Amino acid sequence: MGKQRVAIVGTGQTFHKSHRPDVNGQELINEAVGRALVDADLTIRDIDAIVIGNMDHFEGINYVDCWSVDGSGGFMKPVIKLTTGGTTGSTLAIGGYHMVASGLFDRVLVIGWEKNSESDTTGAITTAFDPVWDRLVFAGAISGLAAEAQAYMARYSATDRDGARVSVRDRKHACNNPYTQLRKEVTVDEVLASPMLADPIHLLDVCPRSDGACAVIMAGEHIAEKITATPDWIWATANRHTYTYLGDANFGRLDSLAAASREIYAKAGIREPAKEIGVIELYQPYSFAGIMWIEDLGLTGYGQGAEFVWSGATDMDGEIPINPSGGVIACNPIGATGLIRCAEAALQIMGKAEGHQVPDVDLALSTGFGGCFWSDILLHGRRKPDF
Amino acid sequence: MNNSLKHIEPMVHHSQINVPYTWWAGDTAGRFLKTLRDEQTIMGTRCNHCARVTVPPRKTCPTCFTENQTWTAVSDQGTVVAFSVARRQLAALVKKVPVIFALIRLDGADTALLHTISQVDPAEVTIGMRVRACFSKDAGATIMAISHFVPTN
Ligand SMILES: [Zn+2]
Repeated sequence: MGKQRVAIVGTGQTFHKSHRPDVNGQELINEAVGRALVDADLTIRDIDAIVIGNMDHFEGINYVDCWSVDGSGGFMKPVIKLTTGGTTGSTLAIGGYHMVASGLFDRVLVIGWEKNSESDTTGAITTAFDPVWDRLVFAGAISGLAAEAQAYMARYSATDRDGARVSVRDRKHACNNPYTQLRKEVTVDEVLASPMLADPIHLLDVCPRSDGACAVIMAGEHIAEKITATPDWIWATANRHTYTYLGDANFGRLDSLAAASREIYAKAGIREPAKEIGVIELYQPYSFAGIMWIEDLGLTGYGQGAEFVWSGATDMDGEIPINPSGGVIACNPIGATGLIRCAEAALQIMGKAEGHQVPDVDLALSTGFGGCFWSDILLHGRRKPDF
Repeated sequence: MNNSLKHIEPMVHHSQINVPYTWWAGDTAGRFLKTLRDEQTIMGTRCNHCARVTVPPRKTCPTCFTENQTWTAVSDQGTVVAFSVARRQLAALVKKVPVIFALIRLDGADTALLHTISQVDPAEVTIGMRVRACFSKDAGATIMAISHFVPTN
């Protein structure tokens, strides 16, 4: 518990696209920041500090904290950069939460962004691998995920149709979100007929490359309710790392997500997550994760994730809708992606999700995932937490 | 936006920056790599607390956070614990697709080593398959001194 409770009081996103040749990095950032300030009905003068991040190697321009003040509004303000790979966006959210919860700052602007169109995403991701051990024999992000899916399928007899069903769900949900990139429904057969990238992952099982930015404004408890009548209270955050080299991971299970979620549930007194949580924005970069990781989150028992998804429980009208925004499969500006999950969960709590609103959400979960199997989680609530 | 791309000439700069890096393997990885090159032997480190043998070797046990001082040779044979088949010829891939990436737990080790499997139809590869290292004398003191793994049968 920090010195004060923290709420999200405004969010803003760009209309995420495969390419944004019309703007440079700081101009892209500015669009999201401007929308977040309008949403919170604040001006940049109200902001005490900024926390910003992306993955430098995707643009080849380092130190966004230093060169982006006309985008971030950070002129003559404290600006801190955080970057943690795939989890950058969710780490930014947790970092902003820490800054406000500490009592040192009352209004913090959190910004995540990426222009993946400006480099070779796969090559850039490979620079995150150890050069002596992993990089000489391996490349890209997909093969590690594919190995995880293979291990899960061997353990629990899941099929590629199960994965495809998750992709069908998220791509359907994406049609209701004007900000996301890919808004086209697909069928299970179309997913299975799309090109195989790395067995068992087809093209339509995975996320695209995107240009986009997201901004979230967090405020301390004594001012949050003055800014908005419907603040999104951050109940708890958690983060776990497990990994040094690829061979260390427990392939087929996401131990970091399981441990982080148990910390969250213990803090909030959640016993039956599938019943008590209203909606989840899951950082799910490919379809099979939508089966495996909901088991690690404890929504179902091990090996029962596919059945749960096929039952419709995670669809928009189901027991616990997952990714009403369309999720990462529809849009992946990597440094923003985790923060988009957080912002989307906030929209659900605040009742601002419009065409993809889940009715009456009291608790929402947003997650972040890093390609080497680490996890971030935030728990969001409509009610101010009493702990 | 996709349509508009056809009608505009964005101002772009194609970078000519070339930043060569040199990574020091360090004493721990260096000992492994020299033994691999000179003796075709695969070495791991054993943690004195949890007794786990890690390959690649570790100066520090990641779970106990204590210094590993015991070296032990592990087998050049092991079991596939996870794998994938890369189908797209990415620039960063040295080998020709399809490339079978595999995580292989060598006999005597508790962690898996990332490498490739060759000389087998990708459709035949399974988790649990037994494989054996093939060594290369030309690769120097790098992990490619194991050129690839092959099924043992
Ligand atoms: Zn140990």
